[in-house]
Amino acid sequence: MKRNTETKSSTISRRRFLATTGSFGIIITAGTFIPKFLIAKSGEEREIDHQQITAWVQLTKDGRITIYNPAAEMGQGSMTALAVIIAEEMDADWNKVRIENSPIIPETYGMQWSGKLGGPMITAGSRTIRSYYQPLRQAGAQARYILLYNAAEKWGVPITELRTEPGVVVHSSTKRRMSFGEIVAFAKIPESIPQIPDQDLKRPENFRLIGKVLPRFDLPNKINGSAQFGIDVQVPGMVYGAINRSPVFNTKPELLNEKEVRETDGLIDIVRLEHGIGVVAKTFEQALKAKKKLQIRWTEGAKAEKFDSEEVYSSYRQLVRDDSKKGRVLLNTGDAASALQAAYKVYEREYLNDFVYHAQIEPMNAVVSVAADGKSAEAWAGTQAPDMDMDAIAGVLNIERSKVTFHNCYLGGGFGRRSVDFSMEAAVLSNQVRKPVKLIWTREDDIQYGSFRPISLQRMEAGVDQKGNLLGWRHYIAGPDERLQGGAISMDYYKIPNQYVELRLTDHGVRTIYWRSVSHGPNKFAQEAFLDEIAYDLKMDPYQYRRQLMKDLPRHLTILDKVATMANWGTAPAKGRARGMAFSDYGGSYTAGIVEISLDRKSRQIRVHKVWAAFDAGVVVQPNSAIAQMEGGIVMGISSVLNESITFKNGKVQQSNFHDYPILRMADAPESIIISQIPSSAPPSSMGELSLPLMGGAIANAFLKLTGKSLRHMPFTPEKVLAVLEG
Amino acid sequence: MKTSFKLNGKLVQVETTADATLLWTLRDTLQMTGTKYGCGASLCGACTVHLDGMPVRACMTPISIIAGRSVTTIEGLGEKVLHPLQYAWIKEQVPQCGYCQSGQIMQAAALLKTNPNPNRDQIVAYMNGILCRCGTYLRIIKAIERASSKSVKK
Repeated sequence: MKRNTETKSSTISRRRFLATTGSFGIIITAGTFIPKFLIAKSGEEREIDHQQITAWVQLTKDGRITIYNPAAEMGQGSMTALAVIIAEEMDADWNKVRIENSPIIPETYGMQWSGKLGGPMITAGSRTIRSYYQPLRQAGAQARYILLYNAAEKWGVPITELRTEPGVVVHSSTKRRMSFGEIVAFAKIPESIPQIPDQDLKRPENFRLIGKVLPRFDLPNKINGSAQFGIDVQVPGMVYGAINRSPVFNTKPELLNEKEVRETDGLIDIVRLEHGIGVVAKTFEQALKAKKKLQIRWTEGAKAEKFDSEEVYSSYRQLVRDDSKKGRVLLNTGDAASALQAAYKVYEREYLNDFVYHAQIEPMNAVVSVAADGKSAEAWAGTQAPDMDMDAIAGVLNIERSKVTFHNCYLGGGFGRRSVDFSMEAAVLSNQVRKPVKLIWTREDDIQYGSFRPISLQRMEAGVDQKGNLLGWRHYIAGPDERLQGGAISMDYYKIPNQYVELRLTDHGVRTIYWRSVSHGPNKFAQEAFLDEIAYDLKMDPYQYRRQLMKDLPRHLTILDKVATMANWGTAPAKGRARGMAFSDYGGSYTAGIVEISLDRKSRQIRVHKVWAAFDAGVVVQPNSAIAQMEGGIVMGISSVLNESITFKNGKVQQSNFHDYPILRMADAPESIIISQIPSSAPPSSMGELSLPLMGGAIANAFLKLTGKSLRHMPFTPEKVLAVLEG
Repeated sequence: MKTSFKLNGKLVQVETTADATLLWTLRDTLQMTGTKYGCGASLCGACTVHLDGMPVRACMTPISIIAGRSVTTIEGLGEKVLHPLQYAWIKEQVPQCGYCQSGQIMQAAALLKTNPNPNRDQIVAYMNGILCRCGTYLRIIKAIERASSKSVKK
């Protein structure tokens, strides 16, 4: 064969690709990109009617193409977008593409980690498109190369004379055409699969799929009830589990009435866990009945048991002022202390935020089936990190991860919460009864044993000169969980000299975890609200004040100017309304947003009427999905900013269901959300968590404009509004 | 306890405990999992189905009141041909995670049955009981407007 001289050959050796109908076995050599496909379990060769072209693509004789999705589909549409990237570069006919979840093999399908695929299979941090874009373009181009290679051999022509049209290889000079499906019948995998140089990938102006609006692959199953979420999995012989978990984190249970509980109809077994008592029954309703009967004495002395989240802020106020409690310095440019001393005027403010809960509508759940001998398991769940769930299950059974077969399902919302603990629990239950167990958390379980975005208090200081120019900036953060507090510090879109940011950690012994946008929600609120308070005091327009800070940064200025134009910033809104703006970044993307609010003076309820936002996220693979993420983040942002608060008393979560943890309903959603995408040729950056952090600042800033008062403690409930108006 | 009722047009008989709810009977006994569990307390609406044509929350509906009556779930809504709402849901690309959407569509279908041309306020008032955490509310409104008889005839 004549090798395309423009491509450099990599060292991937050839393997026999023996496709079989149904399943195939895969063995991966660490570090290589293409897995070796071996004969399926049966060891039996069959007539090839489909061909595994690469780890990512399977072709069928009739031209159907299966593309494997490595990421969890939890609403962002990334399963479609990832397939689009591969289909684009292989020049697939999109109408023939179907998408399947890839096997859980991090070595092959894991996200980019230090520059190449093979990291964890985690769907988090809005990293999916950003991480897979370039590798999957390469994967698509390699799949195309294999098709070209086979057509070239068949026709006896140099591969360089071939081109592709969607789904077809073409030899122009002889006008010969061969569909991808036709190639399947004789396809062989070349001795080596070259790395396609970046300059040989498609030019953006030739994109047929990337950047075009395509319907999402998963939606037809999400309008007729057929999409399978973890909670929908049915396995023969399956029984049901429920758990009563520690009301105060890290307390241990002692069951006081085992005999009585065992008399419950349908009960199969009682399972003791470190953090609770589990019951397994024939039906879920029977499991719930047994759970209700449990009388448990909980150990004393847990760290959380005296924790009161509303009273703790006063200690935080002291902590951010006590320099003997110096924490971790997150940013230190120039000399902020001297700049503040030399300033004409110094501002100081504090911003607070309560714990918030994910409130994904599908509660945590998993199905785990431990084999009779306890030496292997099969599991089904929706998780953001299937390899970690597998490790957790393997850990319970003390077996290798390879002995766990895991099926990731659709996630009924993830938002950072959904991984590991529910799979681990289901493994414990199933291990004891040695039957497939579906464990479901009730909504009350999901809230009361929730894992939350942590509380924080942020003390901001800034100094300005006589003209109002910012000279120095100091930001102290107090709160638990370093992973969740220390992000969102950089404001590379504002030119502020002399910045100092420090984190002073606390620990209350309660559960905390990633929540959509992580630190950005609280921290961008503090930064953006503080900036507006300074502008307000200086009697400067907050838009112009930000323009000043961005004046040498055209990419960011474009976004800010765009949203100001969209919202007619220069014109006055209707009487009783005011607008506020904010700017934010996330994972390499930037966004500016404006809200228009009113205040019901009787109920003290803030209402957000309109939202405008502009964003630059580089190349956007699926624009409509990106816009949906902006819209969804705005709605969830408004919800968290206006309504949401988890409080602890004596270490116990005080909320239990949607009546006391109200999330935004349709009637309280804005009347309009208008989104504008700034065209960009930069590499794709994050979308899923970009817009949410705008809402805290934008709403507080609109409130300041409307009332002359500042809201500095999220959520902005009617009680807090009243306190501020009277204060 | 045996209960007979019509499910998506077909007569079914189920054996359950006397205090079973419609939700878990549908999901576990009948393996019809399109109807979702969200809160168990009529607060989120993810389990909305039609009982004799009216929207009800299956999580708070005892199976004992179902005997002889007619239940329609998301699986039965567009069994033969897509319901105009389902078509509109695709056109507007409404769902994100999709978990609440069975309830949303069933509630919307009940609305259009009683009011084929709802205005925006009527849509919002009728749909307010169904929560969506992904924030698809504005697309839901658009899809209902698209599926309303005025739009469909266009």
